[in-house]
Amino acid sequence: MAVKKFVVGVFTEEEPLFEAVKKVRKTGYKLHEVYTPFPIHGLDHAMGLRDTSIHTAGFLYAIFGTTSMLSFMTWCLTTDWPWNIGGKPHFALPAWIPITFEFTVLCACVGMVLTFCYLCQLAPFVKKHHFNLRSTDDQFTMVIECTPKTNEAELSSFLGGIGATGINVQNAETGWWLGRYDKDQKLFEGQSETVSA
Amino acid sequence: MSLIRYESQVRPPLVDNDKTYHQVTEDIVRPIEAAPSRLWWTGFLISVALLCFGVYSIYREVTYGIGQWNLSKTIGWGWDITNFVWWVGIGHAGTLISAILLLFRQGWRTGVNRAAEAMTIFAVICAGQFPIWHMGRVWMAFFVLPYANTRGPLWVNFNSPLLWDVFAISTYFTVSLLFWYSGLLPDLATVRDRAKLKWRKYMYGLLSFGWTGSTKHWQRHESLSLVLAGMSTPLVLSVHTVVSFDFATSVIPGWHTTIFPPYFVAGAIFSGFAMVQTLLLISRKVLGLQDYITMEHIEVMNKVIVLTGSIVGIAYLTELFISWYGQNPNEGWAFAQNRVNLFSPYGWSYWLMMGCNVISPQIFWFRKLRRNLVVTFFMSVIVNIGMWFERFVIIVTSIYRDYLPSSWATYYRPSIWEIGFYMGTFGLFFTCYFLFSKFFPIIAVAEIKHILKKNGDNYKREQLKYEKVSVDQFYHDQMSEHH
Repeated sequence: MAVKKFVVGVFTEEEPLFEAVKKVRKTGYKLHEVYTPFPIHGLDHAMGLRDTSIHTAGFLYAIFGTTSMLSFMTWCLTTDWPWNIGGKPHFALPAWIPITFEFTVLCACVGMVLTFCYLCQLAPFVKKHHFNLRSTDDQFTMVIECTPKTNEAELSSFLGGIGATGINVQNAETGWWLGRYDKDQKLFEGQSETVSA
Repeated sequence: MSLIRYESQVRPPLVDNDKTYHQVTEDIVRPIEAAPSRLWWTGFLISVALLCFGVYSIYREVTYGIGQWNLSKTIGWGWDITNFVWWVGIGHAGTLISAILLLFRQGWRTGVNRAAEAMTIFAVICAGQFPIWHMGRVWMAFFVLPYANTRGPLWVNFNSPLLWDVFAISTYFTVSLLFWYSGLLPDLATVRDRAKLKWRKYMYGLLSFGWTGSTKHWQRHESLSLVLAGMSTPLVLSVHTVVSFDFATSVIPGWHTTIFPPYFVAGAIFSGFAMVQTLLLISRKVLGLQDYITMEHIEVMNKVIVLTGSIVGIAYLTELFISWYGQNPNEGWAFAQNRVNLFSPYGWSYWLMMGCNVISPQIFWFRKLRRNLVVTFFMSVIVNIGMWFERFVIIVTSIYRDYLPSSWATYYRPSIWEIGFYMGTFGLFFTCYFLFSKFFPIIAVAEIKHILKKNGDNYKREQLKYEKVSVDQFYHDQMSEHH
């Protein structure tokens, strides 16, 4: 990832966001992201984001869980070490349903959560740039990326026109890095010294 | 400006006293940032003391063997398995509240789900202790896992309900933990971004996994929560079903009944909600969260308690009827002599169970009593006593007199170390809960904000004007502004 320049506008209510997002997209500005303290239904569509397919991934993990557990139990009790339990069939499908079901759910849930963390880059010690610390509290932060063609002053007044307050310009790293939140670390910080030393 | 969400005025508000988004954060996060009160320390230290007693009781059991408990050949399952089923039952309300009520779109779950989920996790940890230490040679507990071993390889018996339990409980624990923690991430980020102290920034920065609140992440988060809820719903029903199979698939009179799965699930929800009431009534008072855990929440939960208590009551009566109708002499004896007969050795426990679980919750048919905090608190404790006795009745009264009168047990009462073990799990449970209420937001901050404009006191009042608009007009106004 790279350090880019952004113009940041803050909203105090969520309703104007829909209109604002629409205008930003219409004008042709590059909408980087909107940060909100809680999920706002419909905002993702307004921003033109495609639907997530994380549930499809969950379905695939579930299928894996079902088939792997069922075939594992079948192999154990019919091939590897068949038990004679009162002459009952070795392939005792009804008795295996509970474990198959539990393992299906386990695989689907663990897999989905890991996929979610991977897609959103969430993990302990992951650090990211936060444009506005109050966007996890009560503010809605709209971030627009500056391209070489963008006129910052024009963009700032445009944001003011659509209802944003506290407009400011920030240079920010778009990716994540390993760091701690009690230290003011930036990506690649101090590494040039290491190289020169 | 158009509304984003609207709900009928018939439903009372779920957040009292005119809150704004910032106030919601302030109110819920304040107890984390303040120093713990004296009440907190007292409760915490009592819990730790109980926990220590439990650890010592387990030390005795491991060192001197299972003979430290008053179990015998006839009564192989006593207090320990009673406690196991009791704790697992309590662990059902959390996932029920967070999963099933999410699917049913019940707004009131947001006030109570986080604490209930935490309670679930701690209760399942406590439940897990009992079968593990009951093994006696606990250092061989890993034998329950199906791994390639040097004993053949001899696999575990996949046909056994006890092994189904291993899978059910461990899956339930893992899934509940993931569900709880994925929901906590945004709230931990809220605490992180407000933090002033260095250690707090570090700790919550670590715990919140770098959450930013971006719209794309929220979209995935919502989808994740919904699918986890969809999968947890059959899971939560399956777990207590599997626990009931431990009994129902056996041939012991009193256990061998097909009604067990639904009856156990209803009982689990019943006791779980009672425990949620106990904890939340204390938490809302101590942490000053009355605006978020309102009288509405308490009343709704009391309704669930009277419903599930009555389902459990019908199950008890059905069991009695079937034992008569089935005309199996052994089963008839188990019910008529070992349980219903008040003057049999354990008759008292059966009637205690009936009184606590079936008769006393009927007071919640009265609105006044549903909305009375003192009554609710006492009832929540009584229900859990009753539900403990339900498991005790099922286990002990079914096995203390087996088919051979010569092997009938002498009167079973627990040893001090059996009681100590149970007390120890109380210590473990409350130690965890106290730590949770100190370091984590016990109410889902983001979810409260999400419903605030629909269910908040002040916002509800503002929406009164829409009640007078016709449906067609309302639809026209709202839709035309968005598109």
